[in-house]
Parts: sequence; structure tokens; C-alpha cells
Amino acid sequence: MKKRALATLLALVLVMSLAFTGCSSSDGKKSDGPIKVGVVNNPPSESGYREANVKDMEAVFSKANGYELKTAYSLKNDEQLQAAQGFITEGVDYLLISAAETTGWDEVLKKAKEAGIKVYLFDRMINVDESLYEAAVVSDMAKEGETAVNWLLGQKLDVYNVIHIQGAMGSDAQIGRTGALDAQFASGKMNKVVQQTATWDEAEAKKIVGSVINSGEDFNVIYAENDGMAKGAVAALDENGITHGTNGKVIVMGFDCNKWALRELLSGAWNYDGQCSPFQAQIISDLIKSGKAPSSKIIINEEKGFDAKDLKQSDIDTYGLGE
Amino acid sequence: MKQKFKNLFSGGLGQLTIPLIAILLLVIFNLIRDPSFFSIGIMHNNDGNVVLAGNLISIINGASELAILAMGMTLVTAACGGQDISVGAAAAIAGSVFVKVLKSTSEITGLTVVLAFLCACIVAMLFGAFNGTLVAIFKIQPMIATLILYTCGRSIAYWINGGATPTVSSPIITALGGFIPGIPVPTPVIIVLVAGIVLKLVFRFTSLQLFTQSVGINGSAAHLNGINEKFIKMLSFVILGVCVAIAGSIGVSRLGLINHETLLIDIEMDTILAVAIGGNSLGGGKFKISGSIIGAYVIQMLTITLYAMKVSSTDVKAYKAIVIVLLVVIGSPVVKKKVDKLMMRIRKSKDRNTVKGAQS
Amino acid sequence: MKEVLLQMKNIEKQFPGVRALSNVDFTLRKGEIHALMGENGAGKSTLIKILTGVYQMDGGEILVEGKNVSIRSPQDAQNNGISTVYQEITLCPNLTVAENMYIGREDGAWVKKKNYEKRADEILTRLGIPARSRQQLGSCSLAVQQMVAIARAVDMECKVLILDEPTSSLDDKEVKMLFDLMRDLKSQGVGIIFVTHFLEQVYEVSDRITVLRNGELVGEYTTEELPQVELVAKMIGKELDELSSLGDEDERESEVKEVFYEAEGLSSTAALPFNFRIHKGEVNGFTGLLGSGRSESVRAIFGADKVTGGNVRVGCKRVKINRPIDAMKCGIGYLAEDRKRDGIIAELSVRENIILALQVMNGFFKPISKSESEAFADEYIKALNIKTASRETPVGSLSGGNQQKVILARWLLTHPDYLILDEPTRGIDVGTKLEIQKLVLKLAEEGVSVTFISSEVEEMLRTCSRLIVMRDRHIVGELKGKELTQTQVMKTIAGGDK
Repeated sequence: MKKRALATLLALVLVMSLAFTGCSSSDGKKSDGPIKVGVVNNPPSESGYREANVKDMEAVFSKANGYELKTAYSLKNDEQLQAAQGFITEGVDYLLISAAETTGWDEVLKKAKEAGIKVYLFDRMINVDESLYEAAVVSDMAKEGETAVNWLLGQKLDVYNVIHIQGAMGSDAQIGRTGALDAQFASGKMNKVVQQTATWDEAEAKKIVGSVINSGEDFNVIYAENDGMAKGAVAALDENGITHGTNGKVIVMGFDCNKWALRELLSGAWNYDGQCSPFQAQIISDLIKSGKAPSSKIIINEEKGFDAKDLKQSDIDTYGLGE
Repeated sequence: MKQKFKNLFSGGLGQLTIPLIAILLLVIFNLIRDPSFFSIGIMHNNDGNVVLAGNLISIINGASELAILAMGMTLVTAACGGQDISVGAAAAIAGSVFVKVLKSTSEITGLTVVLAFLCACIVAMLFGAFNGTLVAIFKIQPMIATLILYTCGRSIAYWINGGATPTVSSPIITALGGFIPGIPVPTPVIIVLVAGIVLKLVFRFTSLQLFTQSVGINGSAAHLNGINEKFIKMLSFVILGVCVAIAGSIGVSRLGLINHETLLIDIEMDTILAVAIGGNSLGGGKFKISGSIIGAYVIQMLTITLYAMKVSSTDVKAYKAIVIVLLVVIGSPVVKKKVDKLMMRIRKSKDRNTVKGAQS
Repeated sequence: MKEVLLQMKNIEKQFPGVRALSNVDFTLRKGEIHALMGENGAGKSTLIKILTGVYQMDGGEILVEGKNVSIRSPQDAQNNGISTVYQEITLCPNLTVAENMYIGREDGAWVKKKNYEKRADEILTRLGIPARSRQQLGSCSLAVQQMVAIARAVDMECKVLILDEPTSSLDDKEVKMLFDLMRDLKSQGVGIIFVTHFLEQVYEVSDRITVLRNGELVGEYTTEELPQVELVAKMIGKELDELSSLGDEDERESEVKEVFYEAEGLSSTAALPFNFRIHKGEVNGFTGLLGSGRSESVRAIFGADKVTGGNVRVGCKRVKINRPIDAMKCGIGYLAEDRKRDGIIAELSVRENIILALQVMNGFFKPISKSESEAFADEYIKALNIKTASRETPVGSLSGGNQQKVILARWLLTHPDYLILDEPTRGIDVGTKLEIQKLVLKLAEEGVSVTFISSEVEEMLRTCSRLIVMRDRHIVGELKGKELTQTQVMKTIAGGDK
């Protein structure tokens, strides 16, 4: 008896929480109202990138722009699937998805298609048939790495002795940002002093650079796969009296374009910051409003890379993440 | 004095034998591998201070947070017979509070840094008291009780930070996490030293050690001798809270940045290991803080050695695990007993030889 | 003379710093009950542990039925037919009787449950043990649990059965049951080694006595030929005029003195409401069978369990004693019944154990300095004649009697006005027992009130001037003066006339 009551309670809680994750206040079902958009995304707490991404979505798909936005955030694929299912039942017009995992989405997307809901993927691809979605607006991580490495080659140094600090191994960002540099190591144009993963951890990055300095090896480039690790690396340089930045011995490269990191660029302490753009909302909004099918199923979001020499305060305000 | 020295060797180092041997082995290993490993250089850093640099400094400096947490963890372990696995998450909270307060002041001065640290301290002590309440009053196993904060701590830190990774930059913060102008020793090392001395004084001027050990060894007897068991357990968690605040603030000051996801990540396990390597029973009871501190340096030296050998950092954990398994096995009661027996046999045969020698 | 079953010859055992056994012989014959006697630290436990494979001997030999055997582990001992039933029950109370009889045995794993339950019942019936195979062991009384342990040994076809202090937590009826079982086994040819502190029991059940002292053999005797007084003298190595003189202590007239402590309707979560008072310099006692509520009552006085009601006066002030620290501040000390569980802090040193209570009273912020605590420790180690390698030795490694003295020292150091001693002499040797009894009387002379609890009525008669008798958690009588005789106490406990 007790068990059953508990189960009922549990079910109730589940239902309620589902209802809460999916809803905003309005009650839908009017045909000539705002455009109803359901967004299934990762939670903003995941990263600075995601936070900017979520804010961007909220800003673009606002009431003022004629949208009614429903959002669901989760790091777990099955919860995301449930949320998407909920949006389909509620009857949204468009479904926007940044999936936690690339698999398992076939059924839900087929149902969406049957219900006449148009699906856009953003930020991340899903492993399904192309016909199941309108378009995917994604970043090309490999291109992001190439942009950065090309910039580095453009510095025309006599030798390239690179400390390469990687992100969490196997993540999209790490694979993309590592690929271009690995090619240079392989071709012999650049020398690998050390290549280590710090799993996005600032303190770990500092340890790695510190140990290279202590071993007395020579290096003139630090290629860190995010801003935090670049900051950790720089802390090690500072502690050991090694100059860096636009007028220093060591070139410092980071990724993500946090506002604070761009300020480091502006002050000349760092040289380069690459970005994987979190701003896909406008592109999707334009597609929705135009009413036309996109020319290509995959739309590559434009990636940026900032050189300390060219950076302006206005860039920081426009493109910087966080505060 | 001489007698004391003699005791140190004849009676063995007791609990400290294993961690000291571990350090010794690591030192020898490194000296063979690269004789210059322990060379210490004097140089100017980018702030223009004269500072010491080298692997040894990196080790001592890098282990600071671990050493401080190990002090508090030793007390909790001794009193409660269990460990607090939320220290990393709690440190992220304390660090976030530290930065939050600093950012809310118009200018960062010595006073505001102290204020920020005090706030971090109070918050960390409150969370410690929360854990302590669950353990002491509700008698929940420490690991289970602290699992709660372990799970949600970094989310709380995220909430305090407003989702971002705020940065602070000020010469005072730089000095706190790096070097104070004019002092060539890293500030975190000095903080560990001060914390160690303070703790030593606390042991000297209170009955903390005796009461904690009594509660940990035999709670029922401690109760019948008028010791307030709940208070002692609670106190150990609150003291660990202070350690957490110090560690969190150092961690933040090193880079002038709080990343709630990565600040002191996984440090709880290293902390528990430091306590274990230091020869303290994880089941509570008798303890030696010095053992845990040495344990912390063993772990750090191991890490730095592996980095210096360019072991891929994904593999570092595996190598660390191997060494730690060895240490823990060597320190286990079974091996200890065998070694004791062996020593006794050696001593006996020696006695016999000397007797023979005297006769002939 | 009966056939020799077990022979231990020239046994030597050395511990770091101590020679535990030197050149000890021991002989056990078929179908005899052989008492192994000696003070704590005499080497009884060591000898037993060598026989059961817990320790390895350094020299000597062991012969079972004339064959030289080597016993390197408890398993070896079992294979040679040597089984032990320890003082603390080492079975699992949450398993059934049958499971307990067969778990952890080489053959146990292969026997079907039904079969071994049947076999267990057969043995239980044969030995007349009042337990059923499917009963949970924890639901049996301590005595029956012990008997189950014996049944387990019997089923393993043991030839030598070692009973280490089997009677210390049993009441008289249970002891009798146990003795019947022992005699039964004896008639079946089992050799029983009986270790105990109760002299009367030795004379009641044993055939032969071996006495050890300080790790050496004093001698082997036939029970009938060794008077009790002589046995005690052999055990402690001196003549025992003192023992007899103690009992004739003049009757102290305590009623004229002022009341130190008085409780009205005091109750706790464990004790029913009761009234109690004690005068300055008085020694009184609680007596009654185990479970009669005597320990619970004194625990309530000390605030060891949660106090639920009652008025308490200390001196002439009304006080509230809810926790041990409250009692300590009123000058009350309490030596708990279970030394291991509630008394010693085993891993801490003798010194730390001695100063503990005083330290708690001094408070958290006023630690006793190391030199001061060393002086205290030395003083009491000497005063109470505590046998320890040094003051820094962990108290857990001392013998039971010395551990008890350390706890006594702990309370004496607080200079209490009122000392509650719950079974201070249980499981300790005759010599120490006597020392503790003398100490109690000396304290009383100095004006300290003492409440004394002991399972041995005789001991209480010697020390107490007033006895409070309890039955079924109620006080059923109070005896003093001429009423203080063994018969009268027994009558009151049993519920006869006053």
C-alpha cells in the first residue's frame, strides 16, 4: 500500500517537473498568434559558450520579434528527447535542437515531421536522415583551428616551438582545435615542445607549462584550447619572469573569446583569441521569416579570430562572452 | 636531544615511515633521472620580484591547497571515522563568494580582501556545519552526508557567479596567489606554514587533539567522560570549512579567476589519499596532521615528476593510481606485521652475533 | 591415571620487551576438566592463543595424543581437534543457531540446509541445550549462545575444548546449565581447559588445576588436594592474611554523617523511577541479578542515559544532571560496567587515558600541559601499581586488570566526592581485586562516597555498609548492619522475607 502511494507520488512529481521544464505561461493553440518556437538546448550552466548561446536565443526569439519561445534545458539526451516530444504535443511551429548526443533522435524527428513541425539543428549535428530537418546551423571546429593556425603561420616566426594545451580529450572543440596544429607538427613546420590535455582546467594548464619551464626547454608559442587554460599558462610564465604577448617572447593563443580574455588581448598580454560562435539564432530567424528552404542543409556559422593588434573595444562588447 | 634523535631511528618513525620513504624514493628516482630536477633558480618574475623557481618550488607551491585541505580532512576523519567528499565543491563555493565580494567593492584593498576572505570563511563554515549536522546529529555516514554538497556544490557556485567565470585583477590578489614583493617564497607556501603553525597552537592551547581522538576511537567512552561528541564532530567539520575557504581563496588568487567547474576539481580524492598516505586510519581515531601534510607533498611530487617525464596527462592518473596502490599496500597492517617480524628476526640474529663475538 | 590427550612442553613466547611464557608445561588428560589459573598477565591467554594458533610459540613442542603437531593457524588447531569458546561470543547473532554451527567450516559449505538443521537439532537435544536450530541466535540468552558455540565445537569432533571465561556474563542458573554440559562432555572423553576467575566455580567443576604466574609454571594440582586459600596464595605469590582480614572490617556507622547525594523519583530512558541517597564517606552497593536494573540505575545517577525525571540534590543544592559532564561537575565519577566499550580509549596512551576526565572538567581551552600530565600519570601508575611498559603505552595493550586501574586512576585524578564503580573487579585477577577493594575502603575513610556494584555478593558484603537490592528493575529492599549476610541478600534477591 505504502509502495503504491510512493509510486503515485513519484509519478506526480515526474509529470509536474515535465510540465515545468517545457512551459512558458501562454496556452497555445491559437493559429494566428506569434510564431511558436520550441528550443531544446543544453543548460546555460554548461559553459560560457552555452550561456551566450541561450541569451542569444532569448534575445532573437523575443515577443518583440513576433515569437513565442518555449525552452527546455538538459545535459541528458533522454530528458531532451522527452522535452522535444512535449513540444510536439503542445504544437509548436518550429523545433530548434542542440542535442546532447548525436543518436536516438529518429523517432522524435519523424513525429515532428508528421505533425508539420519544421526542425532546425543548431550548434551540434544529429545522426539522422537529412530529410528530417530543414537545416543545421553549426560551427566547423576544424575550420576554427585552421583559422587560428593560419594566423600563427602568418606571424612568420623563425622557429615555432609550441606548447599545446588541449581540452578534454574527445570533445568536439578539442578535436577541431587540435587537428590543424597536429598537421603542422606532422609536416615539421612547427615543433611540438609538449602536447598535454589539461581537461579545460586552468590550474592543470599552469602545472604543464610550469613543468616545461622547469625542464629548461625552449618555447615561443602557447596554444591553449580555451581562455581559462591560456590564463593558467600565462600565470606560469609570469611566475617565472618570461615575457609574453604583443611585445613579449612567447605568443599566447586562446579560444572562446570571453570578455575578460579579449581584454587581455587589448592590453597586449595575449596575442590571439579564436571563437566558435555561439550566435546562431539570427541565422535561423532569418530562415524562418524568409519562408524559403535554405540552399544547403548545412550552414556553417562564421567563426571569428581576433588579433591583439587589430582588436577594438567595440569588438569586445559585440562578440565577447560573459562579462 | 640526542636521546630524542636516537628514538627517532631506533623506534622507527612510526606512522610517518611510509610517507617519508615515499618522498625519499621519489627524490632518488628524480635525481637519477635528471640530476638537475631539484635545482632551484633565482629570477625576476614579470612583476619585477625576485623569486625562487624550479621543480621543488612548483611541488611545494602546487601542493598548498591540498596540504591545507588535508589538515582539516585529518580532523574530520579522526573524529567521524569517515571523509568529507564535498571539499572541492565547497571550495568552489568559497572561491565564488571570495570573488563576488571582491567584485562588489569599488576598489580592491587589503581590507576588502580580508573582508572577502572572512565572508568566504563564514560561508564555508556554514556548509561545514551543515555537513557536521548531518553526521553528528542525524548520524549519517560522512561520505553519504557530504555527497549532497558534492553533488550540488558546484551548481551553487555557478549560481553565485551568475553563470560566468568572473575574473579579478589586483596586485594584492596576484601577491596572494603568487609572490609578495620582496619575498622570494610563493605566498601559498607561507599560508600553509602559517596554517600549520596555527593548528599546532590550537592543539597546544586546547584539548582538540585529545577529545577528537577519544571520540574517534571510542565514542561511547568519550561520552561517559563528559565529552560532547556531537560538538567535537561538528567542530571538525567547521574547521575543515575554514581550510576549504583558505584553499578556495588561494586557488582563485593564483589565476585571478573563478571557474566553478574546474576549481580544485577532484581534490577531495587527493585529500583523502593524503590522509591515508600519511598513515592515518580512515576509520578514525589516532591521527597525525604532519603525516597528512607529507602525504599531500608526496602526491604533488608524484604529479610533477610524471609531468616532467612528459607522461600524457590522461595517463598521469593511471600511474598515480599504481604508485598509490603500492604505498597503501605497503602501509597496510598485514605488510607492517610481516616487516616487524622480519626486523625482529634480524635484530635477534644480530644480538646472537654480538654475543658470540663477545664470547670469542 | 587417564590417558594423556594433550601435552605442551617447555613452551616459550617472547613479545617485544616482555617474556610472556618461559618454559611452561601443560598436560591435559582425556575426560578431565582442567582449570588454568593465574592472575592477569600470568600467561594464560598467551598459552591458549599458542594452542589455538593465534600466536606462534618461540620454543617448545605440542603433542596431541602423543604425536608432535605444529599449529600455525586456528585452522590447524581445528584440524587437530582443538576448539575454543571465547569470553566474548564470536558467533553471528543475526543468523540462526544451525547456521552458526556450520558457517565458516570446511565441510559446512557442502551440507544442505535441511540436513544441517537436522543434525544441529540432534546435537542440541543430545547435549540438552535449550535451543532450536532455526531460532535466531540473538534471541537466545548469553548462556545458550555460549552453549551453541560449544555444540559447534562438539560437532567438529573436538578432543580438546577450551572455555575462556565462559561464565563471566552468566547468572547462577545459567552457570549450572553450563557446568552440566561440561560434565556431560567430560564423560564422553573430551578434555576441557577451563579458564576463569571464579574460584568457587573451579572447585565446583574442575578435576585438576594448573597455576601460572608471571609467565612461569607454578605447578599442577589435583583440585581436591588444593585448599582454596592455598590456590589464591599460589596465584598471587604471597600469603593471604589480608584477604581474610578485610571481611572483618568494623561496621562503619555512616548514618550520622551528612547526605552527599539524594535522588527522588529519578528515572531515565533505561531506568524506572527510584529513590536513592548516599552519605559522605559511605560505601553502598546495588545488587541483584543481571538485568535487574542495577547498572541502569547508576547510569541514571551519572546522566549516562537520557534522564527523564526526578529531583536530585548534591550537598544541599538542587541540581540537574542530564549529561555526564553535569555529574562530573558535581564531583561524581563513574566507572562503567563494560570496560572495553565504555571505559578505555584503547589506542590512546595510559597517560592520555588517565588525564581524560580531568581534562574534560578543566575544559576545552585549558589543556593540561604535557609535563603536568606526565607527572599525573607517573603518580597514579605508581600509586595504583599499574603494570605498563611506559606511560605512553597504548592502554589497549595492557591486561584487563591494569586497564581497570587506569580508569580508576582517571577518576581518582578528578578527586571525586562520589565515585560509582560498576563491576570494577569483573574479569580481573584476585590480587587486583583485592587492591581495588582496599582502595574503596580507603577512599571512604577519606570521606569519598562510593557506590559499588559487583556480581560477587561476597565482595559486596566485604566492602559495603548498605546494600540496595533490585529485582525486575525495581528496588525491593535495603540491607544494612546485621542484615548483611549472604543468605539474607540471596533471600531478598529471590523475593523471600526480609
